[in-house]
Amino acid sequence: MATRTVTRSSGTRNPGTRRLGTRRQGPGVFGGLSHLALFIWTILTVAPIVYTFLSSFKTNTELFGGKSLALPANFHWDAWGRAWEKSNIGQYMINTVIVVAISTFFTMLLGSMAAYVLARYRFAGNRLIYLLFVSGLSIPPFLALSSLYKVVQNLGLLGTHVGVVLVYVAFSLPFTVFFLAAFFKALPDTVAEAAVMDGASHTRTFFQIMMPMAKPGLISITIFNVIGQWNQYLLPIVLLPGDKQDLWLITQGIANISTSAGYEADWAALFAALSMAIIPILIVYVIFQRQIQSGLTAGVGK
Amino acid sequence: MRHGKLTPPVLRRYGFIFSFLIAPLVLYIVFFVSPNLQAIQLAFTNSRGISPTFEYVGFENFTKLFDDEVFWAAVRHHGVILLAMPLVSLIIALFFSFLLNLGGGQRNGRMAGVWGSGFYKVVFFFPQVLAVAIVGVLFQAILRPDKDGILNSALGLIGIDPVGWLIDPNLALWTIIGVAVWQAVGFYVVLFSAGMASVPKEIFEAAALDGAGRFILFFRVTIPLIWNTVQVGWVYLGIAAFDCFALVQVLSVDRGGPDNATTVLPLEIWRQAFTYYKFGYSSAMGVALVFLVLTFAALTLRVTRRERIEY
Repeated sequence: MATRTVTRSSGTRNPGTRRLGTRRQGPGVFGGLSHLALFIWTILTVAPIVYTFLSSFKTNTELFGGKSLALPANFHWDAWGRAWEKSNIGQYMINTVIVVAISTFFTMLLGSMAAYVLARYRFAGNRLIYLLFVSGLSIPPFLALSSLYKVVQNLGLLGTHVGVVLVYVAFSLPFTVFFLAAFFKALPDTVAEAAVMDGASHTRTFFQIMMPMAKPGLISITIFNVIGQWNQYLLPIVLLPGDKQDLWLITQGIANISTSAGYEADWAALFAALSMAIIPILIVYVIFQRQIQSGLTAGVGK
Repeated sequence: MRHGKLTPPVLRRYGFIFSFLIAPLVLYIVFFVSPNLQAIQLAFTNSRGISPTFEYVGFENFTKLFDDEVFWAAVRHHGVILLAMPLVSLIIALFFSFLLNLGGGQRNGRMAGVWGSGFYKVVFFFPQVLAVAIVGVLFQAILRPDKDGILNSALGLIGIDPVGWLIDPNLALWTIIGVAVWQAVGFYVVLFSAGMASVPKEIFEAAALDGAGRFILFFRVTIPLIWNTVQVGWVYLGIAAFDCFALVQVLSVDRGGPDNATTVLPLEIWRQAFTYYKFGYSSAMGVALVFLVLTFAALTLRVTRRERIEY
């Protein structure tokens, strides 16, 4: 085992660490079992996704008839074509990219403006406004479902992307303000003071000095919001009803393909549509996995 | 205005504060605060759909709620999910994060994870970035009840008859919990890994030097040291146990079925509102849900509070 040889060689170089608990426990057995456990979980994680991808190339006879575990005989792309035409995945994808890009931008802009003022300026009502934002963290989105529908409907924004964007921003503000306020509070005072001494306005100090200093926090929360809003399912199905199908977002579209007509006998197309939704996410994840992991866990870690 | 004088710099300062707060605050109040307050008001009305006329009916919605079998079924399901899902996810995640960060014994005098830990962390985390709705459709195909469902085919290889993962009322909720665990584990592996990384390695090394085996290292050293993170994970998963909307809505048979065997409160809130247009009744359920979530959060914080270990 690789671990054992490494342990030994390090032990000889570094006599102080020679008596290791690991050695007494028998690293061979333990190492083997732990690798087995990790391997099994890897299979559990990967297999459903690989299976979906492979199944998109199969014919219905390959999918049924007792050999659904076998590899496809040929790589037919026709299911992908059918899925692309039938499911409007491309349209939903574009809709989602637009909505999430705009709403994340405004979430970050408005969230950091509010967080900055609340974190670094003393004024009457500061504490109250901060608590108003942060209290939103403990309210599940389901309480406001009917009344939110009414509010959006009364404003004439039901079934519009503008309505979705405004609601996304509002629902993302509690966490964004909470996290960024802590971040802005931790920034050193001296730089901001020096900027004011030099005659920079409050606004300029914010955009040109404090924002760049808060960059790590801003990146984490941007990732957090992008993924959160991309994966949102409840709000789209409430705010973009069935008669606005051309405006639907990706989660709605995917959830719909499994129930909608036309897929009943066409599992390959369903798998192709699923693959189309998963693969872009997979690529983005592999490229940015470090930032994504830290961005998402930062949300809980605080 | 502590000094009572509105000099230009003071005015500018207040102007700045106002201009930065007004847009986020208005948006937040219109689309978040006011709908939540209106929901509490709606809970005491017989409001139906978007019809502007409704009457106040006092606690009628709540008394109806207490007689509603589906409501209680949903509450029971939250209880089951709350007991099983966080516990199983946390145990698996703690075990894996221990292996990936400390399970490799010492290398060059430093504690390290098992071989390939970077790879495992990347793979395990991936389900977390998939939308729950997508995970739902994915598992619908995998868990198909016939012998050609992927899981049933795999079990068929070792001679197990097809299992009705989602159509057996006694099994369906557990299947959904299993899928939720599948998605959650990787996230907590990464979270706990970060927790373990922030503990000075010397502590683990000293423990190993004193002859602590892996079990002692895991139960007596690692878990106490990252207890805060575990607690945060528990609260977070507990709150997630009161959600489950997307997974149940997409994955379960007949949205919460078979025969309400998997339904959860968020799903009933949504169904009452947008299938039956009973906005008043739906909002009353919403109030009940908030009450449950806040009770859970308060209890957990009280029970799990424990002295933080300083290092």
